[in-house]
Order: sequence, then C-alpha cells, then structure tokens
Amino acid sequence: MTGTAIQVKGLQKSFKQLHVLKGVDLVVERGSIFALLGSNGAGKTTVVKILTTLLKPDGGTASVNGYDIASKPDRIRQSISLTGQFAAVDEILTGRENLIMIAKLRHLKDPHQIADDLLKRFGLIEAADRRVSAYSGGMRRRLDVAMSLIGEPQLIFLDEPTTGLDPEARIEVWKTVKELAESGTTIFLTTQYLEEAEQLADRIAILHEGRIIANGTLAELKKLLPSAKVEYVEKQPTLEEIFLAIIGKEEEK
Amino acid sequence: MEAVKRHFFSDMGVMLGRSMRHIIRSMDTIITVTIMPIAFMLLFVYVFGGAIQAGTDNYVNYLLPGIFLIAIASGIAYTAYRLFVDMQSGIFERFHSMPIARSTVLWGHVLTSLVSNGISIIVIILAALIMGFRSSAGVLSWLAVAGILVLFTLALTWIAAIAGLSAKSVDGAGAFSYPIVFLPFISSAFVPTGSMPSGVRIFAENQPVTSIVEAIRALLSSQPVGNDIWVALSWCVGIMLVAYIFAMRAYRKRV
Repeated sequence: MTGTAIQVKGLQKSFKQLHVLKGVDLVVERGSIFALLGSNGAGKTTVVKILTTLLKPDGGTASVNGYDIASKPDRIRQSISLTGQFAAVDEILTGRENLIMIAKLRHLKDPHQIADDLLKRFGLIEAADRRVSAYSGGMRRRLDVAMSLIGEPQLIFLDEPTTGLDPEARIEVWKTVKELAESGTTIFLTTQYLEEAEQLADRIAILHEGRIIANGTLAELKKLLPSAKVEYVEKQPTLEEIFLAIIGKEEEK
Repeated sequence: MEAVKRHFFSDMGVMLGRSMRHIIRSMDTIITVTIMPIAFMLLFVYVFGGAIQAGTDNYVNYLLPGIFLIAIASGIAYTAYRLFVDMQSGIFERFHSMPIARSTVLWGHVLTSLVSNGISIIVIILAALIMGFRSSAGVLSWLAVAGILVLFTLALTWIAAIAGLSAKSVDGAGAFSYPIVFLPFISSAFVPTGSMPSGVRIFAENQPVTSIVEAIRALLSSQPVGNDIWVALSWCVGIMLVAYIFAMRAYRKRV
C-alpha cells in the first residue's frame, strides 16, 4: 500500500509563554520508518501527542491515516497505537494480563490467544505470569511494544523507544522495529540518538527550535554537508562495540 | 463514536477488573481498609468500651456506623493513590490514545472505589456480628443505610479524585484523607457529644459525620430517623456535587 500516512502543515503549539512548535510541516509515507530527531525539549513529544489526539494544536492542520485530527479523532484512535516515552504498562499486572487487558479494550475476539502469540513473538513466555514490576527495562519495553501491536494498527508511534535502555536492549528494540516495518506497518519514531535514526529510518526530520530544519533520507542529509574529504584516521573501537564484543552479542545489521 | 459508546460498559468492566487486581495484590490496602477498622472496633469495644458511657447496653451497635465511615475514609485514600499513579505513568496516555470512551478511565476508578468499599463494609459487618452486633432493621432500613453509605463513598471518592489528579507527589495524593479519617473521632461516633466541652461540642454536632452516624444508627436500631437523615443526605449530596465539579476541572486540566 502506498500513499500518505501522516500529513502535517504549519503545526503550532504553545504552553503558556513557551512557543514550542512554530509551524511544523512534515509528510510520512505509508509503510516507512520516519524518525523525528531533536534534542531534549525540542518538542518531539508534543508533535507525537498532537498526532495521537492527546493534545490539540493551537494552529495548523494534520491528518493521520487520512483522518483530520480535529474532526475525526475517534477514527484516528482506531488506526494507531502509541508507545509513550515512559513504558505504558501496568506494573502490578503480569505481562500476560497487560496484553489481555489491551485486547479486551480493543474488543477483539479471543484475547487469551492474542496474548499467547505476542508473548511468544517477543520472547516473554517465561516471564508471562510474573508481575511487570519485576521486569528489566528491555523486557518492559518489549511488552510495551507488544501491547501497541494488538489490533494490528496501521501506524505506530514510538516516543523515544530506547531512552534509558542498555545497548543490548536497544538493539533488541531496533530489531523489533525493523521487523514491524517489513510487515508493512508505518512507524513514526522520535529519538535524540543520531545513531538510532541512522540505523532505522527511511526518512529523518530534524526538529529544532520549533521548526523542521532538515528533512530527507540519510543520503540526502549527508549531501547537506561539505563533500567528504579523504583522511587517514586510526579506527578506535567505540566503547559500545567493546561492550557488545565482551558480552558476546553481535549487533545485527 | 457510536462504536465507542456501545462498549462503554464492557470497557468499564475491564477497568474495574484491572484496579480490583491492584487492590487484591496490595496487602497494604487490604490491611488499611478492612483489618484496621476491625482493630479499631476491637479496641473500642474491649479496651475503652467499659469506661465509655454511651447510654446503651450494646456498644458494638453504637459504634458500628462510625467504623463504617472510618473504613470508607481510609479506603478512598487508595483511590487517590491509584489515580495519581495512573496519571504519572504512561498507561493513562495509552488508554487515551485508544478507541475507548475516555471517561471510562476515570469512572473505572470511581466504580472500583464503590465496589471495594462495599466489600470492606460487608467484612466489617461480619466481624461486628461475631462481636455481638445485632440489628432489628428490616430490608428497607438496610437499603437506606446502603444508600447513605454509597452517597458518602461517592462524595469522598470525588474529593479523592481532586487529590489524585492535582497532587504533585504520592504523599500529597494520600495526605488529604487523614483529616477525614479523624472526623468521626470528633463526632457522636464513639461517645455521645454531651460530655464534650462546648466549643468541641458545637463542632461535633454540626459536622457531617454526626448526622450521618446518627441516621445510620437510628435506621439499624429501628428508631425514628427524624431530621438527621435529611441533614446527612444534604451533606453527602452537597459535598459530592462540589467535589465533582472541582475534580472534573482538575481532570480537564490534565487531558
């Protein structure tokens, strides 16, 4: 399926004196991974909240899956999922109960089967009947993403999905995101890690001081820089590479 | 929108099931809302009771309405706490970005408050029966008692909602309930107000707990309820409406 999943024009939002979004324009193609890159406080989460109907913009228009955010918020909620910045899981319930709860709220048939399938797919079978408060950060994120997949939404919002995760868990999340995109789901993700955007995204937009200051594929963004010079630099392994080598995991490219 | 409305009750059921699980898994909650009031009852009946001149030969009968109110007042502190925790974690935003009636997120907590307080009241009545509580009240009187307690619970639940929605910290979310738990002690719940010094007595006789306690006590002992029931109902409904308006204002500020 091709077409536009998200179209945003002139989006504005202020909180009291603070003018957070000063006219954001962006387009996300269906089936792609789109990364919104920006430093802390740049307004990434505000964009996500507006597009997921949690906040109303002060100005501008936006449509999600073809529905206008102002007039058809219910339709949008039917077709999206949000994985917020803080893991949106119920700590006191078990992993399985969390999944069943969301399946019931989406009024699907056989919530237990859906939970079983997702537990298997996300490697959470063993932890299924443990309370989420005992989960590691990575497991919690995996459950969080699994909960967002219930009901097979066409579009998934991931707000800083790897913030606070260790490198191993981060790679796990990346793998999941890539698999999702391969199955045709559109993914809108925000991140403050350049590497994450580079790893995952088909298109990258940089949000800075309330505006999108650059937007394109990685190759296009690279062209914005002066042409590459050839230099001889001794390649030192990064600490992350060392860490991963020592613990015996290989980064999957 | 129609589809969303059609599922209102099943969504409420899911929300109720969720927070009832929270209660069952929290030993702390069970102790505070059920075991504590029963311990109070034991203490007052078997330790202080002998020295209290309540003008009745069955002190458990005299005391029980006040114990109900203490149980409910400590129960709603947890409603505020659960609401606060939901607002802090991402789960609230997840629910709000899903195709469900948004009001079920808040009303689920209100329903949980009613159900859980109802259960703890039943447990307390059973304990009171073992301790010698007897009532000559008929079905209609019991229904009237249940009605007053439901209104009292709703009134306090909406106060709890204000605290849960606007608190800045977990401690703040629960702290508002202490004065409410304390109110029955300065009322006719444990001792007749006649023995109190005049300043305290004026307060005790005119605060909501006294009229509620007197109304329930009269209903349970098949005495004429007189004016107390109307004063009690006015207090409950009045507090409920005012608290509801402020709770909804706090809620809208958050969404």
